[in-house]
Amino acid sequence: MTDLPGGASPPFRLSMLIRDRRYRALTLQAIVFILVMLVAAWLVNNTVQNLARMGKTFDFGFLGNRAGYDIPFSLIPYSSDSTHLRAAMVGLLNTLLVSALGCLFATVVGVVAGVLRLSSNWLISRLMTVYVEVFRNIPLLLWILVILAVFTEVLPAPRDYRGEDGAQMILFGTVAPTNRYTAVPTIRIDNDPGTVSLAGFQIDAALLAFVTALLAAWLIHRWLRAWAAARQDRTGMRPSTWWVTLALFVLPLVGLMWLFGVHLLTPELKGFNFAGGLNLDNGFVVLVLALTLYTGAFIAEIVRGGVLAVSRGQTEAALALGLRARPVMALVVLPQALRVIVPPLISQFLNLTKNSSLAIAVGFPDLRATLGGTTLNQTGREMESMLLMMGIYLVISLLISAAMNLYNARVRLKER
Amino acid sequence: MTKSVFFCTAAAAALLSAAPVLAAEGDTLNQVKSRGELICGVNTGLVGFAAPDANGNWSGFDIAICKAVAAAVLGDATKVKYVPTTGQTRFTALASGEVDVLARNSTWTFQRDTDLKLDFTTVNYYDGQGFMVRKDLGVTSAKELEGATICIQTGTSTELNLADWFKSNNMTYQPVNIDSNAEGEQQYLAGACDAYTTDASGLAATRAAFADPENHIILPEIISKEPLAPAVRQGDDNWGDIVRWTIYALISAEEYGVTSANIEELSKSSTNPDVQRMLGSSDDYGKMLGLDKEWAKRAIAASGNYGEIFAATIGEQTPIGLARGLNAQWAQGGLMYAMPFR
Repeated sequence: MTDLPGGASPPFRLSMLIRDRRYRALTLQAIVFILVMLVAAWLVNNTVQNLARMGKTFDFGFLGNRAGYDIPFSLIPYSSDSTHLRAAMVGLLNTLLVSALGCLFATVVGVVAGVLRLSSNWLISRLMTVYVEVFRNIPLLLWILVILAVFTEVLPAPRDYRGEDGAQMILFGTVAPTNRYTAVPTIRIDNDPGTVSLAGFQIDAALLAFVTALLAAWLIHRWLRAWAAARQDRTGMRPSTWWVTLALFVLPLVGLMWLFGVHLLTPELKGFNFAGGLNLDNGFVVLVLALTLYTGAFIAEIVRGGVLAVSRGQTEAALALGLRARPVMALVVLPQALRVIVPPLISQFLNLTKNSSLAIAVGFPDLRATLGGTTLNQTGREMESMLLMMGIYLVISLLISAAMNLYNARVRLKER
Repeated sequence: MTKSVFFCTAAAAALLSAAPVLAAEGDTLNQVKSRGELICGVNTGLVGFAAPDANGNWSGFDIAICKAVAAAVLGDATKVKYVPTTGQTRFTALASGEVDVLARNSTWTFQRDTDLKLDFTTVNYYDGQGFMVRKDLGVTSAKELEGATICIQTGTSTELNLADWFKSNNMTYQPVNIDSNAEGEQQYLAGACDAYTTDASGLAATRAAFADPENHIILPEIISKEPLAPAVRQGDDNWGDIVRWTIYALISAEEYGVTSANIEELSKSSTNPDVQRMLGSSDDYGKMLGLDKEWAKRAIAASGNYGEIFAATIGEQTPIGLARGLNAQWAQGGLMYAMPFR
């Protein structure tokens, strides 16, 4: 039945909810909505009743209690006297660290592998094909376990470095890979200038000095390029500026390092373990490595697809205009490829972040291992811990999604 | 169209009227009886306490408790389904009704008893937390473990004891969190940790399974009290009583000299009134538990009395080689003291 043009619509009857096409869609939507709400209400009701039956309350007060357990890898000060909330924060930061590093490295690996797979060199493109197919077709958990097993079984124990004929540290005796962690040197500042108060924040003075120097160098560098471009416009000759840029960045850094007495502190074997340097936990290294290689394989395919999606004619036209290979890639192909690449890339970043919860397999204390692991066990607050954890992962994912959507809006085809 | 709308309405009505509660109802005894099978939560594999053999038959110290309860309740010690649980999953499995009784070397603590809503029946093994290290490390005391990397099962009371002990001794350590005893064994043997810590009985059992047990030592320090007790859900007192008194029957049987060999004879000839009451030769104590007269007799006959179980699974004649120590009868200077059958 269609609207009668000009005529008054017939009076509403109840049967029209089903028989009239105008109302039928609304009726069906209302029914589905009611059903969904009924299921949700049933689930909540069931949970509440069962919790009551077990004599359990629903309350987040346990987060303020003393945690009592130690966490081997923490970015913020933490001891067993800290609260469960603090332990959850430690886990959250570890999750964010692993995810951020994983996304960064996976993008680099993925872009390189994706572009190389399109290479005209037969060997290189086939090698990349093998990498992509092997990594994306085997479950991530297996990769994590395999890489961990290799680290644990192949690398020497810390005490094997003792004595003359033991294992030798690599990279001029500064780095010691062991079956527990990789001991790397740390940066030590002898003349520590302390902190300065800036707008109410305590900021490390040495860090501030380095950041200021780098920022100044970058600003001068930009001005220099503008000057060189103007000169080129005027005379047709571009003055050589690369050595000034190099000096701008290197000289202040060397000067500051000499001023503050910055040097590397090499790890030394003391007692059972290496001390003095930074001990990068194998769980952490393995997790970042596995996430990078696994997600990198997916990103490689996305990048390849994106580049292939740009019509060949675009490249040919650019070449015909006299552009060289690099400007063709940077100015013509990549901006168009990004429109295809970015949306699926968002899902890969989200996947990587969520997959980081497999840290439990390598004993790395991420959010799942602290809040959803030890805290959940020691307090017995399954419901609260799980809901909180789900909420946190949801927020992280939505934030990543929002950030990437903003970026997508920037690279999207501008239709004016 | 009309039909499908009708169907939707009917489905919604069915959903509304469906029983809103899925979890197990209170009466565990009737459930076990009607199911004809006892579901027992046990360790995923700890030789001596609970481990399956090559044929999948479970045996061990905790398993004997499960068998005794099954014999008392169902009359058949083989009617037990063993559900392996990890340190993380065990209490949830019990609270959600997945298992009827949790006999999984679990420590009786205040917080588990009150906040986790569990009911510990009675201690069947008095344990303490210890450390195991390789002999060639040259360590002879836990106080020398400054800076060591230590493997620890996450979600256990030992995890908290470890943090407390190192803190109170002003020492530092690197924890390596593991999920099960098997994983701990593997990490420790691969050298990913210097020491492995858990209950001393668990260490002895783990070491017994090594290819070279003589190269590993258990340090003399015991840093905590670990009273291991089978647990049941809070709120079903009768079921708790059944498990508790089954264990008391095993302990009493050793005290009165009732063994799996002489139980038939003693149930007829014993003049000891305690034995007569326990074995059901005089009064019917089983009725008060909701069981029959010979419940305790069957429980003891299943794997023998407490002393027999101990000797057969973890005692000095086994590869695990644990001495009775605190777990001797009270009359021999131990802590095993069954409440009187009266």
